[in-house]
Amino acid sequence: MQTQEQIYSKVSATLVEALNVDEDEINPGSTLQGDLGAESIDFLDIVFRLEREFGIKIPRGELFPESIFQGDPEFVQNGRVTEKGLSELRARMPFADLKQFESSPELSNLSELFTVDLITRYIQGKLNNNN
Amino acid sequence: MRWMWIDRFLEFRSGQSARALKNLSLAEDYFGDHFPGYPVMPACLMLEGLAQTGGILVGEANDFRDNVVLAKVPHARFLRDVLAGEQLIYEVEISYLREEGSSVQGRICVGGEVAAEAEIFFAHVDPARAQQVFGRARFVFGGELQRMLDHVRDLKQRTKAEG
Repeated sequence: MQTQEQIYSKVSATLVEALNVDEDEINPGSTLQGDLGAESIDFLDIVFRLEREFGIKIPRGELFPESIFQGDPEFVQNGRVTEKGLSELRARMPFADLKQFESSPELSNLSELFTVDLITRYIQGKLNNNN
Repeated sequence: MRWMWIDRFLEFRSGQSARALKNLSLAEDYFGDHFPGYPVMPACLMLEGLAQTGGILVGEANDFRDNVVLAKVPHARFLRDVLAGEQLIYEVEISYLREEGSSVQGRICVGGEVAAEAEIFFAHVDPARAQQVFGRARFVFGGELQRMLDHVRDLKQRTKAEG
């Protein structure tokens, strides 16, 4: 059983490799795109490396959903995620910490959900389910 | 300029690995400028040849349904110059292969020495989407490569037959 610290430290090492950043640039709250400069192909790279590092399978779209709302007006209105959209997010990404996002659910803030912490929680959930 | 950086395949194991060969002739255009008196193959072209070998390997594994686009080179190391008159052997092995993308580990050997190593990532883009994004640009799987692929299919048959 790996502790959260152990998982976090492996996740950080994975991001150092995939994003070519220094370890001291990485904090639990660092956002992958904003703070660490990840681009779209990097997400696939991160997924491959996490699978290898932790010996798990990460199905397409599970950790990094490509398109949750599909432009559905029930989920997004005037650039804001609706209550129904938020429920969809909770269902699709139970490992995401939505507290801050819920206070200002602008679609443009969505990328801020994807932090180092989010990956750590996701991996922790996966490993617990495997045991 | 013809954008083919492989002369022929030596070995092709579908979905696993491939080896290809490239002869460097002093007649190649870029040697005129790179560099006068010291004809050395630009590292980016070595990488392109390796990526073409890998791109064909992963493209074939998916039956060429998608366009395979060179998306990222997380690591590359160049260990020695490669000069006109030498022969490059590209060796690639698939590390990951999924519907949306793939990665290969590759190296280039020259005269029994490792001249370069790289990890290469490919995005798999469906052809309609690729046309939208990139216009009519020729992809690796365009005309010229089609002939190379026929050669790969022959080689695959032969490799199979030889067990």
